[in-house]
Amino acid sequence: MREEIIISGRMNHLIDPQLNIWHWHIPFYLFLGGLAAGILFFAALYTIQGKEEKYPAAVRKAPFITPIILVAGLLALMLDLNNKPYFWRLYTTIRLESPMSWGAWTLMVVTPISFIWCALNIRDIFPSFDWKYRWIKELEGFFIRHKITMAWILLVFSVILGIYTGILFSAFNSRPLWNTSILGPLFLASGLSTGAAYIMLVSKSHAERIMFSKIDLVLIGIELFLIIHMFMGFLASTQVQIDAAAMFLGGPYTAPFWVLVVFLGMMVPAFLEVMELKNIRIPVLIPGLLVIFGGLMFRFIIAYAGQASRWLY
Amino acid sequence: MRYAMAIDTKKCVGCSDCVVACQTENKVPIGYCRDWVVEVTEGTYPMLEMEIRSERCNQCENAPCVRCCPTGASHYSDGGVVLVTPRKCIGCGACIASCPYDARFPHPLGHVDKCTFCSHLITKGMKPACVSVCPTKCMYFGDLDNPRSEVSMVLKNRKWKTLIPEAGTKPHLYFLT
Ligand code: SF4
Ligand code: SF4
Repeated sequence: MREEIIISGRMNHLIDPQLNIWHWHIPFYLFLGGLAAGILFFAALYTIQGKEEKYPAAVRKAPFITPIILVAGLLALMLDLNNKPYFWRLYTTIRLESPMSWGAWTLMVVTPISFIWCALNIRDIFPSFDWKYRWIKELEGFFIRHKITMAWILLVFSVILGIYTGILFSAFNSRPLWNTSILGPLFLASGLSTGAAYIMLVSKSHAERIMFSKIDLVLIGIELFLIIHMFMGFLASTQVQIDAAAMFLGGPYTAPFWVLVVFLGMMVPAFLEVMELKNIRIPVLIPGLLVIFGGLMFRFIIAYAGQASRWLY
Repeated sequence: MRYAMAIDTKKCVGCSDCVVACQTENKVPIGYCRDWVVEVTEGTYPMLEMEIRSERCNQCENAPCVRCCPTGASHYSDGGVVLVTPRKCIGCGACIASCPYDARFPHPLGHVDKCTFCSHLITKGMKPACVSVCPTKCMYFGDLDNPRSEVSMVLKNRKWKTLIPEAGTKPHLYFLT
């Protein structure tokens, strides 16, 4: 029986009594990345399918927020860095082994495309907008001609971005809670779901809202399935992962996770969306905001709980 | 060449001289440390057993900190020593989170810092500060590829263990038991 472990002489408030190195920045950054990935995925998908007129909010209106949230996400990441003047070092190498590296590069692909996407649709907001200079107009023409190619690139990179938000965590075998490959698809599904919720919020067409309600329902189903899978995997794994799961099954993260993420962020909105499909009028604001809130809480809880999970020796 | 260290848990008295020596030699900022002492007591009174370990970065052969570093600041140096290049490090903290031994800390100057096996000394043929200062002489340092080195000899003659080998990091810190 192990009685006690005394660690003397280790002075590091960021490590003892538990890892405390990442604060709000990283989960917030991952949430924004997932949300942007979700919105851009649907915009690209329906552009490729030629359904721009059927789903105008998804293709044109919703993406207007993506440059803002992507830049905000990058700023949050910047703020988290200890050595800010060396930020540019991220972009002097590509290291495929390091999710942080290829994730940063993925953002460098997605962010400019999101700006271009908005520029092409700017007349939706300012109908008489004029780019003034000829070369900008020529550039605009170039991008309009290659819109489908751009949409394909965006489709692929938004999926990579969504998965990356989970893989950033799952690549750490030192933190047993994060060390599950389910986190990639799970955060992708969660990002797509928050994206669909945002489109629901800004859409003015009933048909479009119903469509995204349905999409969101499917995504919530997938998320619940993956969450159950994740815990089954933990419980069938080694002691450190059993301990990691225990934090959510009776431990300190039980209430926050099951109430805020699963109940309020998935089950309640799913229920309301089913009601909506059954023609009971539900203000779209409620399920939409709940899904987005749930997605945010999900990132925060996983980020903090993961830092509390560790190997024992 | 593969540098390694063996620490005799039977001889170590937990005086923390190694910690102080390291802080002095490497000008470790106040409030942090590159090595530390762990005391584990097992059993119930009066059947108690104690193990004292002087711990530090394990200079892993399969180091997760090197793998996850986005800029290549964390890298393998001569003899398998894992080092951080301060001018390349952006301070993202990924390596701190990735180390199962919690051996790294953020230096107040911005970059991440940790034990270097005193690489500035060992390249000159000297021993790391903690090893030379230990009053009980419980630490052995040397090259694993050289069968006559202090560390190879002691590992051949004594029972030893490494910490969390199941994490797959191939640590280069051996504890004689
Ligand atoms: S002990 Fe930690 S910091 Fe040292 S090489 Fe291994 S993973 Fe890296
Ligand atoms: S903190 Fe520095 S050494 Fe560590 S992973 Fe980030 S860039 Fe690499």
